[in-house]
Amino acid sequence: MATDTDDDEIQKPLPQRMQDSMSQLGDDIVSSQAWNSIFRPGSIFRKGYTDSPRNRSYVIMNSVMYHLHPVKVKRHAVKVSYTLCLGGLSFFLFILLTVTGIFLMFFYRPTAAAAWDDIYTLQNSVTFGLLVRNMHRWGAHLMVLTVFLHMARVFYHGAYKPPREFNWVIGVILLTLTLLLSFTGYLLPWDQLALWAVTVGTNMMGYTPVFGDQVRFVLLGGVEIGTDTLLRWYVLHVLMLPFVIVIFMAIHFWRVRKDGGISGPL
Amino acid sequence: MTEVPEHLRKRAEEARAKAAAAKGEEDAAAGAPAESAVGGDDAASKIPAHLLERSKAAKAKADGGAVATQSPPAAAPATAGAAPLPTGPGGHTQRLLTVVKSGSIQDVKAMPQDKVHVWPHLLVIEFAAALFITAFTTIFSIFVNAPLLELANFNETPNPSKAPWYFLGLQELLTMFHPMVAGVTIPGIGIFLLILAPYIDKNPSNKPEDRKFAVSLMTIHLMFWAVLVMIGSFFRGPGFNFVFPWEAGLFFEL
Repeated sequence: MATDTDDDEIQKPLPQRMQDSMSQLGDDIVSSQAWNSIFRPGSIFRKGYTDSPRNRSYVIMNSVMYHLHPVKVKRHAVKVSYTLCLGGLSFFLFILLTVTGIFLMFFYRPTAAAAWDDIYTLQNSVTFGLLVRNMHRWGAHLMVLTVFLHMARVFYHGAYKPPREFNWVIGVILLTLTLLLSFTGYLLPWDQLALWAVTVGTNMMGYTPVFGDQVRFVLLGGVEIGTDTLLRWYVLHVLMLPFVIVIFMAIHFWRVRKDGGISGPL
Repeated sequence: MTEVPEHLRKRAEEARAKAAAAKGEEDAAAGAPAESAVGGDDAASKIPAHLLERSKAAKAKADGGAVATQSPPAAAPATAGAAPLPTGPGGHTQRLLTVVKSGSIQDVKAMPQDKVHVWPHLLVIEFAAALFITAFTTIFSIFVNAPLLELANFNETPNPSKAPWYFLGLQELLTMFHPMVAGVTIPGIGIFLLILAPYIDKNPSNKPEDRKFAVSLMTIHLMFWAVLVMIGSFFRGPGFNFVFPWEAGLFFEL
């Protein structure tokens, strides 16, 4: 920096000089290659945001939000009284369950010998362990409820009618996947509640005609519930079913847009 | 040649009649002052005489041309004099080649819709909903603990043994039907019918007043299901026998 500007800055009061250097630092960061590689051209983090229709479009177009939302939606589509946010809440609960579930995975071993003790230790010795486990369990019950109510909402609005027939089918698949996710998670604490609820459930599936015994054998990893069942349901719960449901959710959300946004108005 | 639609032909005729009338008036108005300017040397007029002369000549020529387009072809050469203008059979200087109806070029299906920007209108609502559900789950989790009963024990069957709440409707059916019917057939048919709903329901309207049958059918089934789940959850005690929760207590864990 040239010496004459240094002389000028000595004249300025300290807060003024600090403010100047902070704004200089900010400019340097925003114009750096790293910053520009993170934010796309047109991003509001590159060029600043002043409220204008153009910038409102850029917020969506130049961010990852463009995967989920178009730039504009029908005016009635933003009415909370129409959707009650149920689909969005289901999706958000899924994210919440993923986050809390990853936390729980750090403290849990899916074996008959260790599972219950791990949960007990988690609740009593791990910071926020009890809270996070509670959130995971209540969130799961809540998600079953919101997905179910979302289905009812869509039915009552006749939103399954053309051109949205296939998205309704995807939705029914998502509902069953949600129930399966919840049910597989039910076994994991390996307490009396888990064991006997799953016994009731799998006994019922064993009555499937023709290949009922095979279905039951595959699900239990044996002829009766044991440590193999626990491992099997754990993998289903934390890996396979989430993987499958994410794929179906991607199709579900994509079809909402391709079928012309949400239905209505009535 | 293409047939000219009635309304276009009428409009063209009206326009032509109007133009002819306007010309006539203009001629009358232009004629009088020009004569006075040429005849008497008007002091008020600042326009030089030779310019006025030129404009009068130009106007006369233009009138001749205009008249040629309006008058029948027989009269046209006489008025225009040395420069005959190319005219059509009806005295037109232009011809109608074809009439293209708007629908044949582009069929506009999409009607303009009342739309709002997703940012901020929708994203703000979604953000608020996400905050709400997080706050609700967190606060609920602070005050209510998830159940953790004693270690799983194969030798001790709790009485009653209940499935998770969303399957208690099925377990309730188990008291009435053979396990294959209650556990496989009925839920199987239920899911199958649910998937087929959009293909069975051919009614195109989504207005509640037009679909009373579909709405009542769904409501009956949802209510039926909800009642089964309620009974299975709260009204079933030891041996899965019917009890009243206010007498026998709750046999229900989430």
